[in-house]
Amino acid sequence: MVSWNETDAAEIIRRHQGREGPLLPILHDIQSAFGCIPTPAVPFIAHALNLTRAEVHGVVTFYHDFRDRPSGRHVLKLCRAEACQSVDGEGVARQVLQHFGLDWGGTTPDGRLTVEATYCLGLCASGPSAMLDGEPIGRLSADAIPEIAREVGQ
Amino acid sequence: MTARIFIPRDAAARAVGADKVATAIAELTARLGRPVEIVRTGSRGLFWLEPLVEIDEGNGRLGFGPVTVKDVAGLFRDGLPAASHPLCVGRPEALPFLKRQTRITFARCGIVDPLSLADYRATGGWRGLERARSLGPAATVEEVTKSGLRGRGGAGFPTGIKWKTVADASADRKYIVCNADEGDSGTYADRMIMEGDPFVLIEGMAIAGYAVGARKGFIYTRSEYPDAIRVMAQALALAEREGILGAAAGFDIELRVGAGAYVCGEETSLLESLEGRRGQVRAKPPLPAHKGLFGRPTVINNLISLATVPFILADGADAYAALGFGRSRGTMPIQLAGNVKQGGLFETAFGLTLGEIVDDIGGGTRSGRPVRAVQVGGPLGAYFPRRLFDTPFDYEAFAAHDGLIGHGGVVVFDDTVDMARQARFALEFCALESCGKCTPCRIGSVRGTETLDKIIRGERVEANLALVEDLCQTLKFGSLCALGGFTPYPVMSAIRHFPEDFGRPRLAAAAE
Repeated sequence: MVSWNETDAAEIIRRHQGREGPLLPILHDIQSAFGCIPTPAVPFIAHALNLTRAEVHGVVTFYHDFRDRPSGRHVLKLCRAEACQSVDGEGVARQVLQHFGLDWGGTTPDGRLTVEATYCLGLCASGPSAMLDGEPIGRLSADAIPEIAREVGQ
Repeated sequence: MTARIFIPRDAAARAVGADKVATAIAELTARLGRPVEIVRTGSRGLFWLEPLVEIDEGNGRLGFGPVTVKDVAGLFRDGLPAASHPLCVGRPEALPFLKRQTRITFARCGIVDPLSLADYRATGGWRGLERARSLGPAATVEEVTKSGLRGRGGAGFPTGIKWKTVADASADRKYIVCNADEGDSGTYADRMIMEGDPFVLIEGMAIAGYAVGARKGFIYTRSEYPDAIRVMAQALALAEREGILGAAAGFDIELRVGAGAYVCGEETSLLESLEGRRGQVRAKPPLPAHKGLFGRPTVINNLISLATVPFILADGADAYAALGFGRSRGTMPIQLAGNVKQGGLFETAFGLTLGEIVDDIGGGTRSGRPVRAVQVGGPLGAYFPRRLFDTPFDYEAFAAHDGLIGHGGVVVFDDTVDMARQARFALEFCALESCGKCTPCRIGSVRGTETLDKIIRGERVEANLALVEDLCQTLKFGSLCALGGFTPYPVMSAIRHFPEDFGRPRLAAAAE
């Protein structure tokens, strides 16, 4: 992950500029390059796409995925939707959060791990479900906490 | 012949260790010098058996599951595992869960290598597109209309009529948009197709493009589905390389990924998002079929609707319409989820009762406790109590009980569920995901959550319940889309059918 620079940002925008409705693909790539949507990215993208800053800011803040600061090095998403509720996903989530000393959306002080709520990963017959850095986890129980801790290097 | 070993690569199989099992089997068989071919498939949808490993020595497949890495050494100790092994489930297609299904949309899912064009063609792929081309565009639309196919996203609008409207519109360009923004908890059918049979979606979209005169298609899916995105993108690249998509084919498909907004599953909100704006709902009319993406006539269909079209064209509208119940023709992929013993995808003709689905097919709860409530149709669907288990699974019957079948998700809860909390969650979720356009949804959902909190605390319960009911009426009639309009379903069904959880044991009975 690199820090904000206009050269990389311009290259990302150039890749998508010919597409119809390029803003979301651009924002996804900006976030994957810089770890978030840095503040200067908003006017920069607005200028390139001939939009107002308000329009770009409005889009960035509408979608849950886009962050204004980078997450921890690892991201654990825990599903809080109904199918996972029915198999005590909330109880397991509490234990996970407690283990890492976090609240929803929080990041450990060493920056290793962010734990986020998500609403459905499509693993609803194998709940409670979770996703660690994009890798799916099913039938989650407190027994899996040591392995998650190992994966994130704790 | 070399034995073939089939192991799913579906995210739900990977979530319970399918990759590790595949690696362990590959390493062990290589070390023992046994030549085997490992094929990664989609999932059959029998999730309680995942990872389900299937072995074919040339005379059909034998299933073993659920297999863990620890089981691998024992399974392969004396050659290939035998039918006498305790993990053997026999021939998968003979399992009651699969045998009772009518697999049309999911015919290939879990059987073929999802990225093998050879597998796709060998199992009847592209026959629908070829027949459409021989029929011509108008007759193709007619065939879809005759099949009785209705939108599988939940609204149940006849697909053929949508197509006809777009076909009849004149414009410089038209679009096909696949709604794969499958955000309902308890659903995973779209994900399974993208991961298990992506070419069937490509074929369905190509047929739609040919039928209405569109040259460009978009698939809009969720960022929560990284596996589906990966497989779908690879499938699109393969189809392009084969000349099935692209300039020469006259039809192209672009994959787009949402950014965590549930409301973008609503069709007009999805179009806004595709155009690069906040996913705010549009007022209708104009209908997307007249003015959709970039103001052009647009077919926007659920993924399952589009993935069903190849069968309808290949085997004929009559073959599809012959299945079903009342005005709900064909099959529906029911997705059993939550606290259920045998959770998974069950594609069947409409008309099974909710009780048959939950008790017979699902086998009751995973926890072993009694089933108390079942939420059908995602977070905007009603909670059904046992006494409504005779409701047949079709669009009209569920609407008659103030519910909906939605995208086919069925989430089972045991008797530990607190229905007041479920009602509260429905409003909280609405508040979290509201696009903000309609006041009842934007503000009513927040006030509703607060009022449910008061009820849960036991404050002026009857007066507050009356307030929630009144608020639900406002939400239902004062919202543009299903998020505000249908949030009353889970809330009011919880209050009506489970009054004992709301601290007013006799009120509902008195009102009736």
